[in-house]
Formats: sequence, structure tokens, C-alpha cells
Amino acid sequence: MRGCGQSWGRDRAVCMTNCPTLIVTVGLPARGKTYISKKLTRYLNWIGVPTKEFNVGQYRRRCVKIYKSFEFFSPDNEEGLKIRKQCASTALNDVQQYLSSEGGQVAVFDATNTTRERRNVIIKFADQNGYKVFFVESICEDPDVINANIVQVKLGSPDYADCNTDEAVEDFMKRIKCYENSYETLDEVLDKDLSYIKVMDVGQRYLVNRVMDHIQSRIVYYLMNIHITPRSIYLCRHGESDLNIKGKIGGDSGLSERGKKFARHLGDFIHEQNIKDLKVWTSQMKRTIQTAEALGVPYEQWKALNEIDAGVCEEMSYEEIQEHYPLEFALRDQDKYRYRYPKGESYEDLVQRLEPVIMELERQENVLVICHQAVMRCLLAYFLDKSAEELPYLKCPLHTVLKLTPVAYGCKVESISLKVEAVNTHRERPENVTVNRSREEALQTVPSHL
Amino acid sequence: MPRELTQNRIQKIWIPSKDDKPAVPRRAGGPYFTNSPTVIVMVGLPARGKTYISKKLTRYLNWTGVPTKVFNVGEYRREAVKQYSSYDFFRPDNQEAMKIRKQCALSALTDVKSYLLEEGGQVAVFDATNTTRDRREMILNFGKENGFKVFFIESVCEDPNVVATNIMEVKVSCPDYKDCNKTDAMEDFLKRIECYRASYQPLDPDNYDRDISFIKVIDVGRRFLVNRIQDYIQSKIVYYLMNIHVQPRTIYLCRHGESEHNVLGQIGGDSGLSSRGKKFSGALSRFMEEQNLKNLKVWTSQLKRTIQTAETLSMPYEQWKALNEIDAGICEEMTYEQIKERYPEEFALRDQDKYYYRYPTGESYQDLVQRLEPVIMELERQENVLVICHQAVMRCLLAYFLDKSADEMPYLKCPLHTVLKLTPVAYGCKVESIYLNVEAVNTHRERPEQDVKRGPSTLMRRNSVTPLASPEPTKKPRIKSLDDHMASTSTSLSGFAASDISTAGQPLLGKACLT
Repeated sequence: MRGCGQSWGRDRAVCMTNCPTLIVTVGLPARGKTYISKKLTRYLNWIGVPTKEFNVGQYRRRCVKIYKSFEFFSPDNEEGLKIRKQCASTALNDVQQYLSSEGGQVAVFDATNTTRERRNVIIKFADQNGYKVFFVESICEDPDVINANIVQVKLGSPDYADCNTDEAVEDFMKRIKCYENSYETLDEVLDKDLSYIKVMDVGQRYLVNRVMDHIQSRIVYYLMNIHITPRSIYLCRHGESDLNIKGKIGGDSGLSERGKKFARHLGDFIHEQNIKDLKVWTSQMKRTIQTAEALGVPYEQWKALNEIDAGVCEEMSYEEIQEHYPLEFALRDQDKYRYRYPKGESYEDLVQRLEPVIMELERQENVLVICHQAVMRCLLAYFLDKSAEELPYLKCPLHTVLKLTPVAYGCKVESISLKVEAVNTHRERPENVTVNRSREEALQTVPSHL
Repeated sequence: MPRELTQNRIQKIWIPSKDDKPAVPRRAGGPYFTNSPTVIVMVGLPARGKTYISKKLTRYLNWTGVPTKVFNVGEYRREAVKQYSSYDFFRPDNQEAMKIRKQCALSALTDVKSYLLEEGGQVAVFDATNTTRDRREMILNFGKENGFKVFFIESVCEDPNVVATNIMEVKVSCPDYKDCNKTDAMEDFLKRIECYRASYQPLDPDNYDRDISFIKVIDVGRRFLVNRIQDYIQSKIVYYLMNIHVQPRTIYLCRHGESEHNVLGQIGGDSGLSSRGKKFSGALSRFMEEQNLKNLKVWTSQLKRTIQTAETLSMPYEQWKALNEIDAGICEEMTYEQIKERYPEEFALRDQDKYYYRYPTGESYQDLVQRLEPVIMELERQENVLVICHQAVMRCLLAYFLDKSADEMPYLKCPLHTVLKLTPVAYGCKVESIYLNVEAVNTHRERPEQDVKRGPSTLMRRNSVTPLASPEPTKKPRIKSLDDHMASTSTSLSGFAASDISTAGQPLLGKACLT
């Protein structure tokens, strides 16, 4: 997350200085380079590795205000070549700024980088700055995939704001042609000493060369698990529980009457949606399992989906926490993402715990995840690219299903309330988070309960 | 009407109460999925590390709770042909031998089928050269007939140094060469390899083999070609293979120095070191210095006692929350006597099945394994590492390196103030136990007497294969002739009766991840 450079609980700044990594995409236009760049950046940030993407096309758009036609990309357009080279340079400068001065750990340099010459420039740049380089090449010759890409993300690009669909597609195809002749794919012999992964035909096949370290290994694993088959992910919490009603956190209580009603409505909703091959996942806590039971379909229990462990504060209401642990309560409000309950967990710990869930969600297709408030916030932050600061305050009310559908470079969210009343369990950050605040100030934002 | 739930007493897992065996660890939910078992098929010339990979992968999968077994065709051949004479046996024009070798392969496949369909196996590793398309075609058909997924692992290596090293490490000392000196053995083995070379048809991703699922490991992991991963287990296998290496290195495992809680007999908690514990830290520091290692990484948990121990080393260390001691839930900071008094039923349940038993609001050894899997993966990537951890955690890690079963794991001896030095050798791990001569309490509780009611059935257990011993010979009758064999392999897919077979040991989730 874009926190203080504290990654994933493992790499401590106190011990070793990890070389920053420069990921370099390679491939013809419309091969999914930007899709991969953005997705990878989102994943790495979520697991706590500060990452940023640098899209050279955006630099070009800033430089050349109006895009006229594919001719800009013609290999004999000297003026065009000069500008494009300049843009790549500017982007590399920003990369250097990010990795060497702004605490970045990974930079994703998103451009075609289709010639060995260009790649050598980048390698030299990285050597000078002490960065490791890892290439991600996307190769695809399936015309259906390429067309789909163009329709999904190119037509809507600023370059084609004033064109109709057919014109845009035609121009873009010619643009691709401009690169084809000079395209030098990563070669088994010539590039044998480089670290890279070649993704072929949208993940049907991979060629992996010289993985150097942990982060590269994680990147490869991630890339091998993602897919682009259309599907939806449904996130919701268990039905309202008995402890929810009393305003108490944690524990392992069962569903209240309204919670049971929600479970039934959820069952109806799922059937109406008529989802193909839906997988249902729950935690190992009674309330999510009870909710799933009402659906009448098979489900899987994941301990990793259990609610955040509130340690000594388990089964307390916020009022009780304020009474018994006012200092802890204040500290939590000061940094809700990193704060760990005594003998319990933090949101940061949760993210680490949930990483295998995210990985498996990437592999799967249609899934309904019935989980808990803090857990749902973490998962949602991954899909919607929310920062560590925002994550613990994302709104995940009871009895509401969030339907996430991947679209273009991101995720569409639909919020569906299943029309069963429930308590509100969302506590906003109060104004006063100092340790000497009054009881009233501390409890200012506690939602009402029994 | 939604079903009533009860919490299974050992694992503390909520299951519908209609089930008549609440104590049996199982997946929750309605109809059981029949996950297709997987046959992993090794491919490659001799001395390319196929058996090394087979055994290591099997050990890893078993540790994570996926019942896996290796079927090494060479061993079947040694059973069939009692005395190996020379490489002539492997000549392509030796018809009699070809017949025997084919029989052995078929015999092994029969056992694979039995393991996967009747013995609760989930993955079978078919370890042989499998260098021809014909042979691989036969296996693919076998897989298809029985509803098994097939995943090939090919190891390609032409570095003569690597090949020679392999031969010296594992071939010259193998039963085939027990009456030869090293030079003769090496010479014969090299000729053996040549017998395969002419007919070797490597996997061809561009054409012939483009539709099959496989990974080609090139030059001991410098390069990988991965084709058509079908499912979660294949994805995990690929990830594992990409993280392991063969560089010589040493892993040191030890616990924190004796803690104040240890002295009082209290479990869990987050206390500091006792004075003897501090003395141990000093001894550990001197010991590690004497080891004279280049580049040692030191890992601790996030509990005070391991960190205090590491601090004395005066070298950088990394804290892993994943290395924290098992969470004893409501029993945290109690002594065993107190637990027995206050929670007698829990105390008894734990002795019944220490591996699956989860403390109320705490963890089980099974949970620990899941938690430690990223640690193991990173240990595989690393070279020299010292891991300062805790009793239960150390048992889990040790069980991985020494291939101990779920049954044995919670009773492995990991005393305080003792360093275990693990060095990979041949197909397994050499262990040296070094007591650093600082007294400490004994925190080890033995397995109680056998009159305690046993928990879940043995199907829950994973195979226990001691690294350097020969694998258990298969008890099936030797097949006399090829015709007999063909007659006996009429395939009917026996329905995978899943009622007792659960992969409850999955670290990540129940079974569905194996689809």
C-alpha cells in the first residue's frame, strides 16, 4: 500500500536495502501491456510494495496535444521519432525520481520497447542507477483478442476522441503495422542473460528466464494466475449477527433473525442472477457459514477469510474498549491500517493473510465471497485500488452485496442492497484522535446499537 | 430450511449437524466435489534431476496436505531384474529388456491408478525417462481413461558438469552399481544415457505438444517454459519448481532462548528471555560466527523472545509474523496443569489428535502449516538462513525438511538451546543436532499412551517417507507377462467415494482449489 514503505510485514528497512526494480513491458500495441502494468501495479501496492507505472503514451499525449493519425508512428517520421524518444527519456527521469528519491520500490515502464536498441538504453539507465530490470513481454497473434482489446480500451482513448469506431480501428491497425517491421522479440540466445517473462497468447504459455529474486518470482506467479475471461466477483458480509446487534466486535456468534432473513434473500438473489458455475466461499466463523447454508449450494470454508482478530478487545463494544483500553482505542484511530490489537491483528496483517485468497480469486471465475467487515474492506481495496489510508474506512454495510466486474483497465462496482434492515457497524474516524481525548470525543462516531 | 450447525470438537470447524461423524476433519458444504486426481509425469534423459524433483515435489505437496506419492519405474525394474549387469540392458536393440521395461512402466501405472482411485491419493508422480512420444501418448490415454489430469515436468540440461555431479551424487552409490568402483560406474552410466539419446523426443510446445500441460525446466532452473496450466495445483507446482535451486547451502533452525514463561511452564504469551536464555543467545552468536558463513540471513518471529535472541547476534535480521508461535487461544499463558484443570475436555481432545486439534479461538498445527507455507517457499529461494522460532513452528518446518507425517509432526523433538543444522544431500536432508551447552527446561510433551482414542482415520495421514531410505516397495504381485497385464487393466472408473477422503489439510482452502 502507499504507506511508509513498510512492505507486507517482511522487509524491514532496518536490515537490507533492496535494489529497486524496473519492470519493462515489451510488445506490439494492443497486446495488453497497459492492462498488465496497471494490474501488476495495483497488486504490488496492495501487498505493500510501493509501485508506480509510467506510461510513455501518456507522456506523448502531453507533448503532442492533438493526435492526427497513425503516421505519427511511421518509422520514417523523423520528427515523430524524436518526440517519442524524448518522451521515453522524460519518463525514465521520472522513474529515477520515483525509485531513488521518493521511496518507490518498483517502477513499471509501460511502452512498446520493441527494439533491442531501446531496451539497451533502458538497461544502461538501470545499471547506472542500481536498479534490477525485469522484462514482461506480451505476444499475441490472435486477431480476435487484438480486436477486442482495441474495442475495449483504444476506442475510448483520448487519441480517438473525435473518430468513429471504424475510423479508429482502421487507424489503430495501421499504427500496429508501423511497429511490426522493427519488432525484435526477446530472444533465447541474444537475450539469454536478461531476466524476463514472455506471456504468450494471453497466458496459454509462458517463457521465464533468469528470475533473480523474490519480487520477480512473485510477479511471475501473479502473471501466471491472472486471466481475462469475463466473470463477476460478489462480495458481501455475513447476515447481521447477535453480536452485531449489541454493538460488539469479533466473536463467533450466530445470525440474528434479520440476519437469517438476509441469508434467505441472498439465496433468492443468487438464484435470480443465474450465475454460471458460481463458487461460494465463507470464513470459518459461524455467521458466514450460516449465511451460506441458506443458499443451498456447496461452499468452501477459508480460515484466511476470518474476521480481523481483535485480541484483547474481542467481543467488546466500542464503549467497553474505550473504558478498558482508552489508549489503544486512540492509537487505533491514529493509524487504523497499521494498528494491531494487543494479541490480535492489524489491517496490514489481514492483507498478508488474504493474499492467497486474492491469488485464488484471480484464478477463479464467478465467485461469491461471504466474509466480514474488515476482510471485505481489504478485498475491496485490492479490486478498487484503494490506499492504506482509505482501506479501513471503506463502507461495507451489512446486507449489501457488491458485484465487481472487470472492465477495461479496472473494475465496475454495483452495490445491491437486499432490503433487509440491519444495524450500522461503520465507525468513521472521529475528529479527536489524541490519547488524552474525552470519552465523548472517542465515542463520537460509534453507530447506534442495543 | 438451512441446516443446523455444530462445531466439530477437534478442528473447531462448523459443519451441518446431520453428518454422523462430527469429529472427522472434512470440508463443509453439500455434495463433495470429485477433484480429478493429477498424474505428474517426469520427462528427461537420465541424470537430469527427475527423481530429485519428484521426491522434493512430493515432500512439499504432502506437507501442504495434498496426498502425493512417487512411482519410480527404475525401482520396479530393480524388483523385476534382480541384478543389474551393465548399460547393455538399456540398449534400444535389446528386445527382451525393452519388454521388461515396458512391463515395469505398466505395472507402475497400475499402482498409480490404485493409489489415486482407491487409496485416497490426490497426486501421483510418475518418475521415469518418458522420453518418447509413444510412451507419453500411452500415459495421456491412461489419464484420459481414468479421469486423471496429466501434467508433464521435463528437465533439460546439457551442462556436462551438472550431469557428472548428479551421477556422482546419486548414481554411483545406487543399488545398480553396488559392486562397482566409482569410475566404472560413471563410465557405464554415461553409456546408459547415450542409449536414450537417439530416441529422445523433447516436448515440443510449438507443434506436437502444444495442447498438453507441462513445464520444461531448462539448465537447472535458469529458464522455464510453461504451457497450458489447467488448475490451482499445477500453478502451485510451477511456482514451487521456479523457486527451488540446487546451490549448496545450510539452514539452521533453533528456538528462542529459554523464556520466563518456559521456566514457569506457561505456554504461549510474549515474555522475555530468562538469564539462561540470554546466555544461550551469546552461545548462539559464537556458534554462528564459528560456522564462518558468507551471507547468512537471520529470521525471527515478531515475539519478543526470538527478537531478543537475535539481537545478541549483532547482525541484521528480519521479523516474520508468520513465524509466531501457535496461538493457544483461550489457553494462552496457562500451564498444562491449569489447562487440564480448567478445560479437561479440550486437554483430552488435543492428545487425541494433536495435528488437527485447534485451541478454542486459537490455532492448530494444520493452521500453522498453512501460515508457514510462504516461509518455506522463501527458504527454498534463499541460501544460508538461520531461523529463530518456536517449538510448534520449528516442528512444522522440520517436518517439511525431514518429510515427517502429520501424525509425527507435533511430537518431533525440538528442545531449547539446541540448533538443528540441515544440509541438502542427495535426495534428502542431512540433520546435525548441536546442543549449545546451556541448561534449559524441557518443554516437550510426549505422545500419551496408546489407550487414548485415535482420531480421524489414517486416510487423513500423509505418507511418511524417510528421505534416504528406499520408498516402501509396492506389495502388488509382479506381473509375469505383458498379456496378463493387458488383461488385468480393464478400466472402470470406480466412483471416487469421497465421504472419508477429505483434503482437509489444504493450506489455502478445501478441495475446490484442486479443480
